Amino acid sequence: MENKKITGAEAFMRCLVSEGVDTIFGYPGGAIMPVFDALYDFDKHINHILTRHEQGATHAAQGYARVSGKVGVCLVTSGPAATNAITGIGDALMDSTPLVVITGQVGAALLGSDAFQEIDVVGITQPITKWAYQIRRAEDIAWAVARAFYIARSGRPGPVVLDFAKNAQFQEIEFEYKPCTFIRSYLPIPEVNPEQIELAAEIINQAKKPFALVGQGVVLSNAEEELKVFLEKADIPAASTLLGLSAMSSDFRLNKGFLGMHGNVGPNMKTNECDVLIAIGMRFDDRVTGDLKTYAKQAKIIHLDIDASEIGKNVKPDAPVLGSAKETLPALTAKLNSAKHTEWIASFEEYEKLEFEKVIRREVHPETGEITMGEVIRKVSEATFNNAVIVTDVGQNQMLAARYSKYSQTRSLITSGGLGTMGFGLPAAIGAKMGAPERTVCTFCGDGGFQMTIQELGTIMQEQIGVKMIILNNHFLGMVRQWQEMFFDERYSFTEMQNPDFIAIAKAYRIDGTEVHKREELDAAIVDMLKDDKPYLLVVNVEKKGMVFPMVPAGACVTNILLGD
Amino acid sequence: MENTLYTITVFSENTVGLLGQITIIFTRRALNIETLSVSPSAIKGIHKFTITLYTTEDIVKKVVQQIDKRIDILKAYYNTDEGLIFQEIALYKVATDKLLENGSVEDLIRKYHIRILEMNNDFVVLQKAGHYQETQDLFDELSESVGVLQFIRSGRVAITKSKVERLSDMLESIQLKFGKNN
Repeated sequence: MENKKITGAEAFMRCLVSEGVDTIFGYPGGAIMPVFDALYDFDKHINHILTRHEQGATHAAQGYARVSGKVGVCLVTSGPAATNAITGIGDALMDSTPLVVITGQVGAALLGSDAFQEIDVVGITQPITKWAYQIRRAEDIAWAVARAFYIARSGRPGPVVLDFAKNAQFQEIEFEYKPCTFIRSYLPIPEVNPEQIELAAEIINQAKKPFALVGQGVVLSNAEEELKVFLEKADIPAASTLLGLSAMSSDFRLNKGFLGMHGNVGPNMKTNECDVLIAIGMRFDDRVTGDLKTYAKQAKIIHLDIDASEIGKNVKPDAPVLGSAKETLPALTAKLNSAKHTEWIASFEEYEKLEFEKVIRREVHPETGEITMGEVIRKVSEATFNNAVIVTDVGQNQMLAARYSKYSQTRSLITSGGLGTMGFGLPAAIGAKMGAPERTVCTFCGDGGFQMTIQELGTIMQEQIGVKMIILNNHFLGMVRQWQEMFFDERYSFTEMQNPDFIAIAKAYRIDGTEVHKREELDAAIVDMLKDDKPYLLVVNVEKKGMVFPMVPAGACVTNILLGD
Repeated sequence: MENTLYTITVFSENTVGLLGQITIIFTRRALNIETLSVSPSAIKGIHKFTITLYTTEDIVKKVVQQIDKRIDILKAYYNTDEGLIFQEIALYKVATDKLLENGSVEDLIRKYHIRILEMNNDFVVLQKAGHYQETQDLFDELSESVGVLQFIRSGRVAITKSKVERLSDMLESIQLKFGKNN
């Protein structure tokens, strides 16, 4: 039987529907117009969100993917649209976020001729994607889309780019879709090796002072429950990387907090005191380890990861455990003896007290002086019953939001970790709300980062996306200013900012908001913000020269922690 | 740590842009590729890259893992010279009159196991296969005695001494385990 022929653009839409795509973030333009034309007929299946910039589309897709675990999809045109999307694609690679980004491309006959809005998308994106492929013929569409989704979501997730030549969008073909489940050169989940499990279990069973580092791998493999069982059985205290935060709830007995440069004192100190360090789905980023030469030298190191190229990249493990945490954690738990490490776990307390006295009391519970960022964050967290999805921008707002939000469920902190992209917060929050419409989504931004993607207020207006935006306004690029104060003799080179009236801008977009100057106004403003599910902008004028402490200076030993006293 | 000459062997699908994906990994770490040779392998549709570079074992390990991670790469591994049988080929173009004047063509051929590929009134093209130092020695000697008009050396080709798993066996087992219907 001969199938009816359809255009490449329509075939493409059918592929997306077959892959379960119901939301796309995009921006139309010349070289992708046939696809947008086909999209017009698919409005019952696919909800397209028109962002105001392609960077916004990519971050929105990231927010959507991070909160839902589904693949985020972007649809943009060629040339400048593709280059605008680069930041989000790079960010998604660094943070292992599953994205499929479709860029339009000039017709195959024009390729390589410097045609209007032609750019070498595959060449540019190859270093920052899991896979980049140019579709030049309509026959390749089904194969390429199936492969793209399989690659993006499987194993260690990441971004995939499909560069879609215009002639292939027009060309008519017979269409048949077959999902991809296997690529012979790509084995996304390494098989669990019983010998590795045996060795790791033996080391943990002998440990007196074990300590676990929890990374995003736990979230990506949906192994939060397996992690809990593992930690409880052998009574192992644990702390999270930035992207691992919320994999354990804040009130979990063995959760000792946050690792790294602006992490908690206890976890950083204990890294260099423990006898066995168990890293789970994390990559020993320099913001976690500080100086590698002095990092956990006393400990036996066990590294669980799905990505073989992470094993030994920064820290050489005594016992590598390759595989998905979903499989390796239960396998390991089965071999563990039940244990109690009461004294060791209690030894974190003195650092908790120290940190509370030196840092947290001032930052989160100030009674006098200007409003601090930390107190705003804690109040918002509590007002949402620690149930909100917290999306951050980058800088002080990010570190403080990570530190002072409390988490009661997984996938509750969405932040640009590896790439550290300012401007991430607002569009990512849009995506997060689309991906978890039933949850409250709050984004903390600085005055700097908010202005990097401020045009996405237009997207929020048009789609009425109920994002709660909080600008922690200190009229400075705060984190850079902090470094200038600490390491550059208070020479504030281009970090002070004259800001617009943010509330007036929101008003122009018909978005409600309040500006807070005094502590007494804060609680009421938060209540007002959370009174319904509509978009809202809360601008809080905070102390101008706030600092984020504790701090392990870049490249210093993890025990070299500054408390700012 | 001292730099050693490592040979990286990569088996890949024959797709557009793969060389770029591999060289990006070298570029990011500011590593120079010493030699590179690419050709179809014994298995249809699969290409083999042989790349040499000077670096440390720590780095070459990481580079190989990062190459292996790319989607279209089937397998990547590295060896030192001790683990390999390897060869390069070099061509030398010299002026016929100078070579004949020099008078020692037979000696030269015996000493270096040279083949003559072309000979005419103007020039002679000599071919020598061997290790780098061997092809270099001939180049040095010819340069000094008769002058070399053109010289080209191929990248290294290599075969492992160890009894490593054959790629075809690996493919078969992957196919059996995971790809029943593909």
